[in-house]
Amino acid sequence: MRKATLIRVALLALLAVAAELACRTGLIGRFTMIPPSLMVTGLVRLLAQGELDGEITTTLLGVATAAGAAILVGFGLGAGLHAMPRLRRCLDPVLATYYAIPIYVLYPMFLVLFGMNRTPIVFIGFMFAVVGMMTSTLNGLDRVPPVLIKTARVLRLSRVRRTLKIVLPCAAPYVFGGVKLAIAYAFVGVLGAEFILSGNGLGYQIALAFNNFDNKTMYALILFVVLVVASVNSLFFAWEHRLLRRRER
Amino acid sequence: MSGAHASLREVTRSFATEKGSVLHALGPISFDLQAGEFFSVVGPSGCGKSTLLEIISGLSPASTGSALFEGRPVGSDVPEGVGVVFQEDASFPWLSVRENIGFGLQQQGVRSAEIRRRVDDALRLVGLWDFAEAYPVQLSGGMRQRVCIARTLVLQPRLILLDEPFGALDQQTRLLMGDEVLTLWRATGATVMLITHSLDEAALLSDRVGVMSARPGRFLEIVETGWPRERDSRLATGARFGEISSHLWGLLRGESMKAMRSQAVAA
Repeated sequence: MRKATLIRVALLALLAVAAELACRTGLIGRFTMIPPSLMVTGLVRLLAQGELDGEITTTLLGVATAAGAAILVGFGLGAGLHAMPRLRRCLDPVLATYYAIPIYVLYPMFLVLFGMNRTPIVFIGFMFAVVGMMTSTLNGLDRVPPVLIKTARVLRLSRVRRTLKIVLPCAAPYVFGGVKLAIAYAFVGVLGAEFILSGNGLGYQIALAFNNFDNKTMYALILFVVLVVASVNSLFFAWEHRLLRRRER
Repeated sequence: MSGAHASLREVTRSFATEKGSVLHALGPISFDLQAGEFFSVVGPSGCGKSTLLEIISGLSPASTGSALFEGRPVGSDVPEGVGVVFQEDASFPWLSVRENIGFGLQQQGVRSAEIRRRVDDALRLVGLWDFAEAYPVQLSGGMRQRVCIARTLVLQPRLILLDEPFGALDQQTRLLMGDEVLTLWRATGATVMLITHSLDEAALLSDRVGVMSARPGRFLEIVETGWPRERDSRLATGARFGEISSHLWGLLRGESMKAMRSQAVAA
């Protein structure tokens, strides 16, 4: 294990021990937070009993759908916009201010459009993620050095081969950053929408436990979400790191 | 040397500026590249040297006039048999040195055994045998440029166009790279056209040096060096080298000042 990883793990362990001590000694009241060890046992119990399997599946499926659609559509729109510089110039201010819009306020409109089902929730996740993917794709394509495009022409590659063999591999680390962002935003969008607006899913279950003062369930679910998001992110971080290791000049 | 390998006939190149005016960048220019010769082009900044190379290679169209390669007009595609090495690092960072060099062959559908053989030869020729499995990020600027040269050579081009390939390298490395290019030129028998800012480099490497005027670039004179085919950077210690360099500078000094003045006005 590298030194930085060791320090990171040690810091997290230290924080967990400090929280455990603070909760056990009464420094932090039980209604505020339960000891981390109880969060873990609560999570294990929830998972073992399978009570929330349906909710977990609903949320993860929603996040996967929102992220998958955002990655595909965001990449397509980013690539398309890159090929149309005039349109891009027109849309640049919209893209730059996009995340200033609180997307949740559009929920009533999505309800009218998609009906009372999971689609508006997933759509909010998609809306959160798609522009991040789009801007990362644009950024990646902008960074393909013109000399590589000239090289492709000298090597007499067709447009398709040029895209597949040179443009995409060259832009890959930046596009990959967009994938990572899209997944993170999809989690934020879907869970947030479930928390505020939905009648099912993990976000809703966290809100329900919170309203019922069921701290054990609430913290177990929060821990679950944090672990899932951190694991997915770490996986992508490691992959990205591997891609970038060969690139830094 | 036997006959024209590539030719330009009354070629001009103009660009539309952002203000709507037309910038006359090059020409009219006519000249022949002789088969198997080493021809260098020198000229003040912005005189259209790289534009000239792009027109010969098919990377950029001429506004008027025509470019010919092996008797056929050069269109908007780079003709088969033409290789270009650019000043900027054009190695593919996601591929190893071996994969970089074999990239063009792979795209042409050459059998893998043949690719391996040709890439091995190229690796030895450019002195990168020990770095075959390294990635460009692990190499110096000069070594990356050698990767690009090898990637071009492995395709066995009959015309090699070098656009200031040593521009980013230090003086010592430039001299050594120049020797390597001369060795490769002799080994391949290809015609070479080198665009360079360095008068010494042009004087040392070339059979002929085309000296261009300030924009719009035209050839002021094409200087014959008279070097034997077997030559290297040790020529730089001789009196003849000094004479050629001085002559080139004599032709260029006034043009460089003109170019500087016009750049100052534009700024």
